Amino acid sequence: MSIFEYNGAAIIAMAGKECVAIGSDLRLGVQFQTLATDYKKVYRIHDKLYIGLAGLSTDAQTLFHRFVFKHNMYKLREERDMKPATFSQMVSSTLYEKRFGPYFVSPVIAGLDPDTSEPYLAGMDTIGAIETAKDFMVAGTAPDSLYGMCESMWRPNMEAEELFETVSQCLQSGSDRDALSGWGAVVFVITKDEVIARTLKGRMD
Amino acid sequence: MGESAYSFSLTTFSPSGKLVQIEYALTAVAGGATSLGIKATNGVVLATEKKLRSTLVDETTVRKISMLTPNIGVAYSGMGPDSRLLVRRARKQAQAYYRVYKEHIPVAQLCRETAAVMQEFTQQGGVRPFGVSLLMAGHDTHGPQLYQIDPSGSYFAWKASAIGKNMTNAKTFLEKRYSEDMELEDAVHTALLTLKEGFEGQISGSNIEVAVVGEDGKFRVLSASEVSDYLEEVE
Repeated sequence: MSIFEYNGAAIIAMAGKECVAIGSDLRLGVQFQTLATDYKKVYRIHDKLYIGLAGLSTDAQTLFHRFVFKHNMYKLREERDMKPATFSQMVSSTLYEKRFGPYFVSPVIAGLDPDTSEPYLAGMDTIGAIETAKDFMVAGTAPDSLYGMCESMWRPNMEAEELFETVSQCLQSGSDRDALSGWGAVVFVITKDEVIARTLKGRMD
Repeated sequence: MGESAYSFSLTTFSPSGKLVQIEYALTAVAGGATSLGIKATNGVVLATEKKLRSTLVDETTVRKISMLTPNIGVAYSGMGPDSRLLVRRARKQAQAYYRVYKEHIPVAQLCRETAAVMQEFTQQGGVRPFGVSLLMAGHDTHGPQLYQIDPSGSYFAWKASAIGKNMTNAKTFLEKRYSEDMELEDAVHTALLTLKEGFEGQISGSNIEVAVVGEDGKFRVLSASEVSDYLEEVE
């Protein structure tokens, strides 16, 4: 068994027109035993920047706290929020610092450029190799089915509501084919002037 | 001696509350060659005297303005060797920032980091303060910026400033000549005029150094022939 499949996760981030969405399932398990069904794997860095952390959840929590720490220090030093691309590079170098004893997580970063409101999407492996995308990014214990859903559902220039619907359907249907993720989902849609957060119920079995 | 009770910082408060070592450092700066900087609407110019003690020195190898990152550079007045250590630290700091964020360090950040190094040398044991003041010029997302850093580690952003020998006269001159809507070309002219004012002997492209950073965010030390061309324009 891979350590990445210990707790289970499904994460999708998608770009729309001047908006991005990022969502995760809500299951937390230890292998096949479900422990919680309200466990979000997407974290807020600031109003226009979210990060999803799939993989070993103990590492995900530690890592998130380190990112919050680093972002707080950055804000105090530079009197501004980190831009999505800057944050990605910071995440990448944080992960590579532990090249030979890595954090067992695969991050997905979704954000909006503070000036242009252009969507930013990036994914990474556990040691910080960045992969950017214009359309969507997935991570978790069933990436194949998530990819399959995203590839068939994504359309360019979706508005916030349509984007929310698409990400929700992809997450639900994708994690229905996975025993380690599911039990509902949470989706955040980041737009120029607001963040829409909705919790979804799915197949609760 | 290292183990003795006297191995604490050289810079110890005098009964009147002053740190005399820092004041001596400022004296060393005031004895150094004049450097000045002017911030224009679309860039910054740095200029400095490049006086050599002998005509036998190959002046083409003497560099007094250093690039720190592609968009930031620094000029100094005071002790040359001291400035090189600061340049090395600043460059390293800039690269450390770049390694983490894959973007160039903002001018204000690099200035603060460099000032922190200078402050440490007023408090640490076994060291003396730097005998230099720096003029740091750069262009980033916050526009053109000019900072002055002193041996105490204090730093300020300036519209125009001068350090070293003749700094008082040069500053008075700059106060008269400076205007808010000055463009880079005018600033270069003003910089040369200011330098010329207090210059002993014949000013030329080879005994001063001039650098500019424009809206393209490229810091560039001008060649001797470019400086000569500018000098002809102001005459």
